[in-house]
Amino acid sequence: MSVAIVDYGSGNLHSAQKACERMARERGLNVPVLVTADPDSVRRADRIVLPGVGAFADCKAGLAGVPGMIEALTEAVRGRGRPFLGICVGMQLMAGRGLEKDTTAGLGWVPGDIDLIRPADPALKIPHMGWNTLNVTRDHPVLAGIPTGPDGLHAYFVHSYHLTATADDVVLAEADYGSRVTAMIARDTMVGTQFHPEKSQTLGLSLIGNFLEWRP
Amino acid sequence: MTFKVRIIPCLDVKDGRVVKGVQFVDLIDAGDPVEAAKAYDAAGADELTFLDITASSDDRRTMFDVVTRTAEACFMPLTVGGGVRTVEDIRALLVSGADKVSINTAAVNDRAFVGRAADKFGNQCIVVAIDAKRVSAAGEADRWEIFTHGGRKPTGIDAVAYAREVVGLGAGEILLTSMDRDGTKSGFDLALTRAVADAVPVPVIASGGVGTLDHFVDGVAQGGATGVLAASVFHFGTFTIGEVKRHMQAAGLPIRMDGITG
Repeated sequence: MSVAIVDYGSGNLHSAQKACERMARERGLNVPVLVTADPDSVRRADRIVLPGVGAFADCKAGLAGVPGMIEALTEAVRGRGRPFLGICVGMQLMAGRGLEKDTTAGLGWVPGDIDLIRPADPALKIPHMGWNTLNVTRDHPVLAGIPTGPDGLHAYFVHSYHLTATADDVVLAEADYGSRVTAMIARDTMVGTQFHPEKSQTLGLSLIGNFLEWRP
Repeated sequence: MTFKVRIIPCLDVKDGRVVKGVQFVDLIDAGDPVEAAKAYDAAGADELTFLDITASSDDRRTMFDVVTRTAEACFMPLTVGGGVRTVEDIRALLVSGADKVSINTAAVNDRAFVGRAADKFGNQCIVVAIDAKRVSAAGEADRWEIFTHGGRKPTGIDAVAYAREVVGLGAGEILLTSMDRDGTKSGFDLALTRAVADAVPVPVIASGGVGTLDHFVDGVAQGGATGVLAASVFHFGTFTIGEVKRHMQAAGLPIRMDGITG
């Protein structure tokens, strides 16, 4: 078994890798965690993590700039149902399109648009930067054993955009930031987190551990 | 609640060692920034900030190593500042495991650097650190000016106007330090904090002057900060993260209590 963290020149791969390695160790899993820009390694991996920070269009361009990577991801995740975790903009890329700056096509794995968060309270700052609890809409194996809801653990968010206009059965968890913010999505063998599990202490590490053990 | 106030301990790091050391817990090596970071992680801090005060730019690699080792051990947000002058400096820190990079003097000298950095890495990871001093006389309207070189060198730049400008260029957060209050334990400069917080749409972190538990509350309730940063009161064990959080929560502020025990 192996985990591939897709390297396309975006963001903090080191933390994601170390978090996966630590949780593999804690859960007693013998799982090499590979940071890779090689489409064949992604194709061969048993699990795939797609991180991403920065602007949607830049991340999409970065991913498209690695020859064969989008094809390899699509084949592994949509074709062969490999468990997939998208983090932050890595999750946003799963959507149909991003509306940040210009309209940019996403991977189209889930319906919806990546649009600006619009808190009803104008005093709330953007970017949304900080810790929020999760309101979970249904059970999911990656959330097993994690206290959620208003009295639950917090997840760390850093973003100005989120998934909107998607299908109800795609949204797995929301956060309250003066309006409903899409915090997690799930469909088939895919999960995505708008927050950073690799920076969310206990909640995030538990989620990563659950993802490594998830057998959809 | 829609947002939680962030409590942020700051570690001054010189040549890979914590200046003065961290004395609030029995660390094997009180001068190791990674040991200190792990202790704050366990104590329930919401973020960590490292400020590299290494004099020579030749020794920057030491800081990259500290950031790398911290990111391997602490799965929480980390901001790194001090001596950040180029897009390459920012990239090296982000690749090492920093989530945000704070820019100070380089932004004062070249405002466009903020824009280049934000375009390259996204607004969310670009913090502009502002060191400000009150320059208005008693009876005059409040006015603060940016100072560099540890508060010794005036620039003539208005702090509030500068905050607006760098946010317009792409800064995603302002780390605001009152050089009048820094080290005095007399509380944040609340008028300064409020003026900047009201002027910009991005989060403002208040810094400089915390001496009592109420000062933390005031920075948010009166100053309008979304986070509060402190160094010595934490390092010397005057207050634990838990004490600060419990006090702020009791004062009615929204606080993340994950990992706070006892």
